[in-house]
Amino acid sequence: MLTMILKRAAMAIPSLIGVVIVTFLLTRALPGDPAAYFAGPAATPQAIQEVRVKLGLDKPLIEQFGRYVVDLGHGNFGNSLTTGQPVLTELRTRLPASAELTLLGLLVSILIAVPLGIIAATRPNSLIDHACRLITTLGVSLPVFFTGLILVYVFYYLLGWAPAPLGRLDVFFDPPPQVTGFYLIDSLIARQPEVFMASLKQLILPALTLGIFSLAPIARMTRASMLAVLSSDFVRTARASGLSSYTVIVTYAFRNAMLPVITTLGMVFSFLLGANVLVEKVFAWPGIGSYAVEALLASDFAPVQGFVLTMAVMYVALNLIIDVLYGLIDPRVRLEA
Amino acid sequence: MTDIAATPRRDAALTALVRHARYVIAENPVTGFAFVLFVLIVLAAILGPDIVPYNPLTSDTTQALKPPSAHHWFGTDQLGRDVFSRVIVATRLDFFIAVASVALVFLMGGLAGVAAGFFGGWTDRVVGRIADTIMAFPLFVLAMGIVAALGNTVQNIVLATAIVNFPLYARIARAEANVRREAGFVEAARLSGNSDWRILAFQILPNVFPIMVVQMSLTMGYAILNAAGLSFIGLGVRPPTPEWGIMVAEGAAFMVSGEWWNAFFPGLALMVAVFCFNLLGDGLRDMVDPRRRT
Amino acid sequence: MKRREFLKSMTALTAVSAFSAPAVWSPAKAQSRQETLLIVSESGPNNLDIHGVGTNVPGYEVSWNCYDRLISHEMKTLPNGTPYYDKYKFKPELAEDMNVGDMSATFRLRKDAVFQDGTPVTADDVKWSFDRAVTVGGFPTFQMSAGSLTKPEQFVVVDDHTFRVDFMKKDRLTVPDLAVIVPCVINSKLVKSKATEQDPWGLEFTKLNTVGSGAYKVTNWTAGSQVVLERNENWKGGPLPKIRRIVWRMVPDAGNRRALLERGDADVSYDLPNKDFSELKTDGKLSIVSTPYSNGIQYIGMNVQNPPFNDVKVRHAMAYAIPYQKIMDAVLYGLAKPMFGAPADAPTEVAWPQPHKFNTDLDKAKKLLADAGASNINVPISFDLGFAGVNEPIAVLVQESLAQIGVTTTINKVPGANWRTELTKKTMPLFENVFSGWLDYPEYFFYWCYHSGKSIFNTMDYQSPAMDAFIDGARLAAATGDKETYDKEVKGFVDLAFTDMPRIPLYQPYVNVAMQKNISGYEYWFHRRLDYRAFVKG
Repeated sequence: MLTMILKRAAMAIPSLIGVVIVTFLLTRALPGDPAAYFAGPAATPQAIQEVRVKLGLDKPLIEQFGRYVVDLGHGNFGNSLTTGQPVLTELRTRLPASAELTLLGLLVSILIAVPLGIIAATRPNSLIDHACRLITTLGVSLPVFFTGLILVYVFYYLLGWAPAPLGRLDVFFDPPPQVTGFYLIDSLIARQPEVFMASLKQLILPALTLGIFSLAPIARMTRASMLAVLSSDFVRTARASGLSSYTVIVTYAFRNAMLPVITTLGMVFSFLLGANVLVEKVFAWPGIGSYAVEALLASDFAPVQGFVLTMAVMYVALNLIIDVLYGLIDPRVRLEA
Repeated sequence: MTDIAATPRRDAALTALVRHARYVIAENPVTGFAFVLFVLIVLAAILGPDIVPYNPLTSDTTQALKPPSAHHWFGTDQLGRDVFSRVIVATRLDFFIAVASVALVFLMGGLAGVAAGFFGGWTDRVVGRIADTIMAFPLFVLAMGIVAALGNTVQNIVLATAIVNFPLYARIARAEANVRREAGFVEAARLSGNSDWRILAFQILPNVFPIMVVQMSLTMGYAILNAAGLSFIGLGVRPPTPEWGIMVAEGAAFMVSGEWWNAFFPGLALMVAVFCFNLLGDGLRDMVDPRRRT
Repeated sequence: MKRREFLKSMTALTAVSAFSAPAVWSPAKAQSRQETLLIVSESGPNNLDIHGVGTNVPGYEVSWNCYDRLISHEMKTLPNGTPYYDKYKFKPELAEDMNVGDMSATFRLRKDAVFQDGTPVTADDVKWSFDRAVTVGGFPTFQMSAGSLTKPEQFVVVDDHTFRVDFMKKDRLTVPDLAVIVPCVINSKLVKSKATEQDPWGLEFTKLNTVGSGAYKVTNWTAGSQVVLERNENWKGGPLPKIRRIVWRMVPDAGNRRALLERGDADVSYDLPNKDFSELKTDGKLSIVSTPYSNGIQYIGMNVQNPPFNDVKVRHAMAYAIPYQKIMDAVLYGLAKPMFGAPADAPTEVAWPQPHKFNTDLDKAKKLLADAGASNINVPISFDLGFAGVNEPIAVLVQESLAQIGVTTTINKVPGANWRTELTKKTMPLFENVFSGWLDYPEYFFYWCYHSGKSIFNTMDYQSPAMDAFIDGARLAAATGDKETYDKEVKGFVDLAFTDMPRIPLYQPYVNVAMQKNISGYEYWFHRRLDYRAFVKG
């Protein structure tokens, strides 16, 4: 097991190096001159040049890259121009915000999509099956920001059921003392139930938006996987032995069908983490997605580089975890590996 | 002499295909519905600019933000332009974006993938590394970065979508090429003196195409959604070109003040198109590879 | 089995704790909402110190409210009842009186003023702060130089509570320049203790902490998310503000900001599209105040050194081809002052902004183009993407109108970060831009925008010795108090600007603020940001 993990990690290193290089080049290719930005609205060309030298942007690209890598090695991700803060600090505060939102969105999606997929699988080609397919596909056919805006319009503006889209917490609550950065968990640890409820309320609409967007792949995979399992021998045996439909489906078939669904979940999670960007903009969510987008539009290199590197590392780690989970759940995989 | 022998065989193949298609559609009426929708979209794309009542670019500020009426079926936007005309004319651009992205990624990813599967060794490793590197990126941000760096033109949006989907196509193509590497027809082509590249391009790639067609349909939908997301950030196509995504992004700002039609109709068109492509993908999967029916 | 039991008990625990929350926090929450002013805007500060490197405009608002200056302005009242800063009348803030001599101004500081950490404010702090402003470079130094405040030698500590500013030359703008945001007074002892060799002015420390003697202090700043300010109970620069706590939240989506205001979940916003302001005004549920930008104009600029716009006839043709009224209606919803279409016989005033006499007349435009022998003009029209809300529809309307006189344009959106670089290059043939100055004097505007020497804001690369002579003449006359010459020179440069037309003024924008009906005390300041000190809630 350990050797497998190490081998996988080693295989991922070239990708990470590739990511670092590509991001560096891409950010340098962005239009926009940080030196002009820094030098201010009234800067003469000489003043801009001075700032450029101060920021080290006049050196050849190779040297800048070398400097960047050395800094990375020391854990220095650089400073953001637009917020003025060190990138690492901002990533550390903002990552839990995005992760909490994405996980909750995934949870919402699972809670809806998996039962839908199971139902569709137990009655293939029926009206319910088609209805499930239509509903889930509809969810993924709208741009995610549009879904978010419609939800805000209907549930906040028209009905007043949802709280104001002002970010993670209402104005009058202070965030709970930081343990994980997940407000839901931290507020429980600190025994602040009102903060818990407030964070949960703010999370509902954005999580729903993300969830709607990821219904389709999960439902589809659940259905496919369940169909395959339901036609397998052991299920037929279970049915023949007279076990109730519920036991057959939930206790036997479902557990065995979960494997491909978990892989899909992993893919969906990493896709969502990148697509978070738009949802965060709509809901004023202080996550890494909105951070990266603002930085990108301001041609602010350091946050973009930091963001991409963090995401790449998380993606690699996630794949690793899924492989390990696979091995844990399905002994056959472990033995073969 | 005419090719009498060839014709019945070709006819037979065609009839078999049609019969199979009819069977699949009967089994799954949703697919049939998706096909009809697809044809409508293509018609709108081709005929759009010629059949719309108003010029999609003409502004008339005295008629700004009027709700749907007999004169303007979908109402007017903030500069007085007819929303219906813009939505229909936008079909062409969005369809182009979808088709161009898919064609590009099929060529790029398909060729790279089949080369990797066919040759193995270093080609396989290099293509694999490139695909892994791309996949490690948060994909939407990569697309944003490419468009921001190269400029927000339609070509760059298509390129960004293609690059972002490259790994998926490369992987599918590679798997298929691996399977077909030792197949009989490949041996035959090699014996006839075809170079490896000719075999790749003319024997294997076309065989991979049916499998990919499913994914391509889904990617068409993704391409349009991607363009819409980029528009929301400000990296979409240049004004005043009508395009669904940018119309939705701009129109969304008017929802709160009650001018819902600005975003609703382009949003509806976008949803219908993506919906159609997704359903089509499912249906094509049934048609092309019954083993993979989901 | 054990796992299942554990999960079940955890769910139960969560459910119970969630519902057994004491109801005590409800009335407390209501009261604290009453004492807090909630402001929402699209973006927030990137630095709390206006002397910082690359500080953005929201950062200026923090500086204004958390630091004091020697003097400030009295308020006058506009016809619509809005308090407006009086550019001619000064009032003491940190200085209890000001004595303006021929070549210097002496200030006597209040003896009871203290910084927020309790240290008394002395003239040494003032000198250190002013030295800092003229030395750090970038925007603060530039702004100081606008009033001829350039060298630390000009700032003299006479004694602990007396401070003198020596003039390098006579300049009418020196004293007003002391009332702008930049010459703020910083707690020099505290910041000096945080300075390092690489950072002698302590910019890193003041970026994150407000260390002034002002009415508010920042108690919490999450960049990109929110700023929380609390009242300084020991403020001596004026009457104690009524609002105890300000929460300023960043909400990127404009539709959401409007929704928040309409539902009463936000108190103030100045960051909405014009359409929303005009509709909210008609609705009547919120109070909307609209005031014209002092000394500010949105214009279409043309590069006058290169063809095709080096020919004044072509420029006039462009001025006749702009769809002015369409812009006013569809983009600004009437919330701007037109700078076009003055009657042909109107006399030139000694004032700025002032409308020009061009109006939309496509026939005249076509004729002028024909006269100039210009045809097949094809240029990009560029604008700052950061202000696309206004710039983009204007560009689309202008593009359409120009097409009708045979001028083809493509729309070129330039990302905000790149806009200034592009402007400095002076290669863009046709572009939209806005300029406004904190010091509301015509010669100030013209000095930055039309004078050949000051290149940055002369975005059209306009070189005219006649114009330079008018502007220099006006500035000299202002410094010596020669009203007759001054008026002549001002009329001269305004007339020349409208004859040469290197840029086409479109409109004078409005500063719009939307507030809940129970909020009062909004004041218009030259910096157009909010002054929290006068706000009253309820």
